[in-house]
Amino acid sequence: MEAFNYRKAGSADEAVSTLASAADGKFLAGGMTLLPTMKQMLATPDTLVDLGGASELVGISRDGDNLVIGAMTTHATVAGSAEVHSAIPALAALASGIGDPMVRNRGTIGGSIANADPAADYPAAVVGLNATVNTNKRSIAADEFFVDVFETALADDELVVSVSFPIPAKAAYQKFPNPASRYAVVGVMVAQTGDGVRVAVTGAGPSVFRASSFEDALGGNFSASALDGLSVSADNLNEDIHASAAYRANLVGVMAKRAVAAC
Amino acid sequence: MAAAEPLNTGIGESVTRVEDSRFLRGHGNYVDDIILPSQTYAVMVRSPYARATVNGIDTSAAMGSGGVLAVLTADDFSAFGGLPCGWQVHSKNGDPMTEPKHPILAEGAVRHVGDPVAVVIAESKAEARRAAALVDVNYTEMSPLIDMQGAVAGSAELVHSDTPSNVCFDWELGDEAATEAAIAGAAHVTRLELVNNRLVPNAMEPRAAIGDYNTANGEHTLYTTSQNPHVIRLLMGAFVLSLPEHKLRVIAPDVGGGFGSKIFHYAEEAIVTVASKLIGRPVKWTADRSESFISDAHGRDHLTTVELAMDANGKFLALRATTLANMGAYLSTFAPSVPTYLHGTLLAGTYTTPAIYTNVKGVFTNTVAVDAYRGAGRPEASYLLERVVDLAAIETGIDPVELRRRNFIQPDAFPYDTPVALTYDIGNYQATLDMALEKTDAAGFEGRKAASAARGKLRGRGIACYIEACGIAPSNIAGALGARAGLYEAATVRVNPTGSVAVLTGSHSHGQGHETTFAQVVSDTLGIPIENVDIVHGDTGKIPFGMGTYGSRSIAVGGAALANALDKIVLKGRQIAAHLMEASADDVVFKDGQFSIEGTDKSVGFGDVALTAYVPHNFPLETLEPGLEETAFYDPKNFTYPSGAYVCELEIDKETGVIDIVDFHASDDFGNIINPMIVEGQVHGGVAQGVGQALMEGAVYDDNGQLMTGSYMDYCMPRADDLPNVTVSNHVTACTHNPLGVKGCGEAGAIGSPPAVVNAVINALGDYGVKHIDMPVTAHKVWSIMNANGN
Ligand SMILES: Cc1cc2nc3c(=O)[nH]c(=O)nc-3n(C[C@H](O)[C@H](O)[C@H](O)COP(=O)(O)OP(=O)(O)OC[C@H]3O[C@@H](n4cnc5c(N)ncnc54)[C@H](O)[C@@H]3O)c2cc1C
Repeated sequence: MEAFNYRKAGSADEAVSTLASAADGKFLAGGMTLLPTMKQMLATPDTLVDLGGASELVGISRDGDNLVIGAMTTHATVAGSAEVHSAIPALAALASGIGDPMVRNRGTIGGSIANADPAADYPAAVVGLNATVNTNKRSIAADEFFVDVFETALADDELVVSVSFPIPAKAAYQKFPNPASRYAVVGVMVAQTGDGVRVAVTGAGPSVFRASSFEDALGGNFSASALDGLSVSADNLNEDIHASAAYRANLVGVMAKRAVAAC
Repeated sequence: MAAAEPLNTGIGESVTRVEDSRFLRGHGNYVDDIILPSQTYAVMVRSPYARATVNGIDTSAAMGSGGVLAVLTADDFSAFGGLPCGWQVHSKNGDPMTEPKHPILAEGAVRHVGDPVAVVIAESKAEARRAAALVDVNYTEMSPLIDMQGAVAGSAELVHSDTPSNVCFDWELGDEAATEAAIAGAAHVTRLELVNNRLVPNAMEPRAAIGDYNTANGEHTLYTTSQNPHVIRLLMGAFVLSLPEHKLRVIAPDVGGGFGSKIFHYAEEAIVTVASKLIGRPVKWTADRSESFISDAHGRDHLTTVELAMDANGKFLALRATTLANMGAYLSTFAPSVPTYLHGTLLAGTYTTPAIYTNVKGVFTNTVAVDAYRGAGRPEASYLLERVVDLAAIETGIDPVELRRRNFIQPDAFPYDTPVALTYDIGNYQATLDMALEKTDAAGFEGRKAASAARGKLRGRGIACYIEACGIAPSNIAGALGARAGLYEAATVRVNPTGSVAVLTGSHSHGQGHETTFAQVVSDTLGIPIENVDIVHGDTGKIPFGMGTYGSRSIAVGGAALANALDKIVLKGRQIAAHLMEASADDVVFKDGQFSIEGTDKSVGFGDVALTAYVPHNFPLETLEPGLEETAFYDPKNFTYPSGAYVCELEIDKETGVIDIVDFHASDDFGNIINPMIVEGQVHGGVAQGVGQALMEGAVYDDNGQLMTGSYMDYCMPRADDLPNVTVSNHVTACTHNPLGVKGCGEAGAIGSPPAVVNAVINALGDYGVKHIDMPVTAHKVWSIMNANGN
């Protein structure tokens, strides 16, 4: 790890201005991804701006038909929140399946989605539930937020402030974990939202995507059997030592059915 | 006299582990916990390439970096030898194996990713790391030899340019002609090709070493994460650094798991020893986890073709196994012994197969060295044998249990000479099999299978009957087979004047629980509470010359030495007691801590005898030396032969291929058992590693020699929720040739479980016509096979 400056911001505004004054700064949330990356010298920022002191970035609240989760809210907090359990139990379940207790106690929703790991769980929730990502500059619709592998619509100096999840009629998340890392080989969020049925798939492709043929089928008949005979194409799906594209394509179908059944 | 309170700490009691109090509270003292005054830190510069020439190393930028004290390369070690190999195997043509130099630091070439090239020593670890990144090594990359079959091809380039080929040895055992004839004439021959997957040992504690040179007396102390400090002192002192033994003390304090990987002498131990003298300060090196993956010796990695010949009744006639065994880039300390004498000799298994022949080629590749890993050779033997037997059962239509029964060596056939050089002293393979079948309700399987099918799951059941050989011995025979070390063990029993006891043992505990088990042997023999016994190990400055712990030898060899030393204590105690009671020593009996004269009420306690030995006012000084301290060196007459039967029942999810082990039973014959709880724990741990090998673990190299599974993101270690609730049972046939009648239990779990698991998978996939799936049998593989064969 290279030496770096450490700055702890007392507020979101201070975080943004501190980052602006650094040559090559980065926000530090839970550090669960950023610090290992720095240890491996894959990232060498000169300044880390710790968001841990910005209390307005933490917390879960109900805003009409939306559940709003602050960027610095940890996975453990989401998993254990009564508010989340009553509004969107699928979201609490998803958070409880991320990593291990240490990761859940440090890792944050803002860090997770800003990082946009193709195998991360939260992207399936953000897209599947048609959430809005609120930043210091604007609001970004879920479908616009995730761009590619580790790439989002965020500008370098843009801070995720919170994520607003419209409360769905029903939703469930099913994850097929990588046996080694326990990240998602495939994770599927299925939801009945005001906007119709949404099926978001993480882990399988370079970035989270919607399985539109599944959405259409489920829109007509919201039952697991509606997905019989349907599949996603294996073209462009990820392939690694753990899973071929064909296996991932199969898992998308299986996890989607199980998610529908769990709704 | 009132009957003494029973101690409940003797042989056969499940005494809770006395060492756990410090381990669980974080009070253990591991090498990295040791902080010496003015200690410095070493960081290795390792090759990023699998095969390259090293054209030059520019250390100037690193030397100029903050806090740096020294940057050392091979030039600084030119006065020293290479790392020695402790076992010389001969090829079938009589030639000794090829033994290319294993330099401490790369000399002009690197041969695997992780090969150490230079070392930076600095005031802090952070400074050493930073400077290590500044060491500028000029490499010319070459295309590496990764795959064993490619490496043995005639046209292959050489891992070591000064060797004739990449074949280290071409070894054989058994009667080739008789085996060939039996195979040719057999009613049925089952043939199987299989891989025994390469494993990364992953001890919880990474390797670490501190060199501490004392300028005042010229003495070196090496603190190291070793399973056998005397072996390191001998190898490093005598063969690498030419340090006289009385000037080299090796301390292996608490060690957090080894599984074999901490038997071997590694370059870093020599490096910190030399560096400490050079800079005049202690030098500490601690591996990080990524470094462990590319520098700890790996395990297994065999490619085997096996043929099993049978008569029309399923009676085994012959077995032939041809194996390529990966040595990696260099010969690690005991690497050549693993696929040969610890593997080929086990190919009879529990069966009466009359003709056996095996040919094993050790192969150099541009990968991390491969050496002993929990079971060392015996898991590979047990796996190929129990897989081919199961396949033979499928092919002949004979029930797998019945086929095994027809071929078992019978309980009255011992001692039994196998065609592959071993003499089994005792065993009862039927007994453990019967027990395992009963405990797992063999009769109810079809019902459970139907119930699983109703839930969309394929249920399978697999058995494996293993035998293994522990406590490798005797020294003279091992020596004749190529061992360059003795294989005895030593123990000193030092009775203190007030009757407490220190045992100084050459065995080494790195998690096994010696401080409890060995103390139980003392408590049982001397009738003293376990609190009064201290087990001292791991310091060549304190203990007698011992060979350490590996190959499940601690209780079978170290325990035997302890028992013999205790016998000497009792013998001398009887003489002292006889003097005190004015009787003949022949009339003195020792029981429950009391020396007494039979038929009288005269007795004297162990504590009084101890005090008399050290305060010899009333003592037979003319015939007996004062003091009460005895040492025994024990060289075993034979291996011990634990055996057993394992049953695995599992379910496969048809949609995903996910395997869920729903029942696992281990029925073992470990001979006499000192502490059933510790033994059960050893079996649980072994089974966890065996299940890991069978379903999850596997080191994967890409064509460039990069380890694709170089972290826990990709190398899948078994976790608690991957494992079933393993149940155990025991049948005891006591070992006939050691004083405690024990056999050893450290590796059995890892030996018996992989074939039981894979047999169960193949059984579950019966409808798919699958003959074999190589380990690790991942969900992905299972799903692919189910779908390739037409779901
Ligand atoms: C062992 C382990 C297992 C894991 N398993 C899983 C898993 O199963 N599923 C899963 O989904 N994830 C998993 N993770 C990742 C985990 O969820 C992390 O929390 C997440 O990747 C990053 O969150 P963080 O808060 O730690 O962010 P950090 O590591 O601090 O930051 C990550 C990136 O996001 C940026 N960032 C952070 N906060 C903001 C913000 N508010 N606005 C803009 N940019 C920001 C940082 O600058 C950095 O580039 C695992 C991690 C580990 C170490």
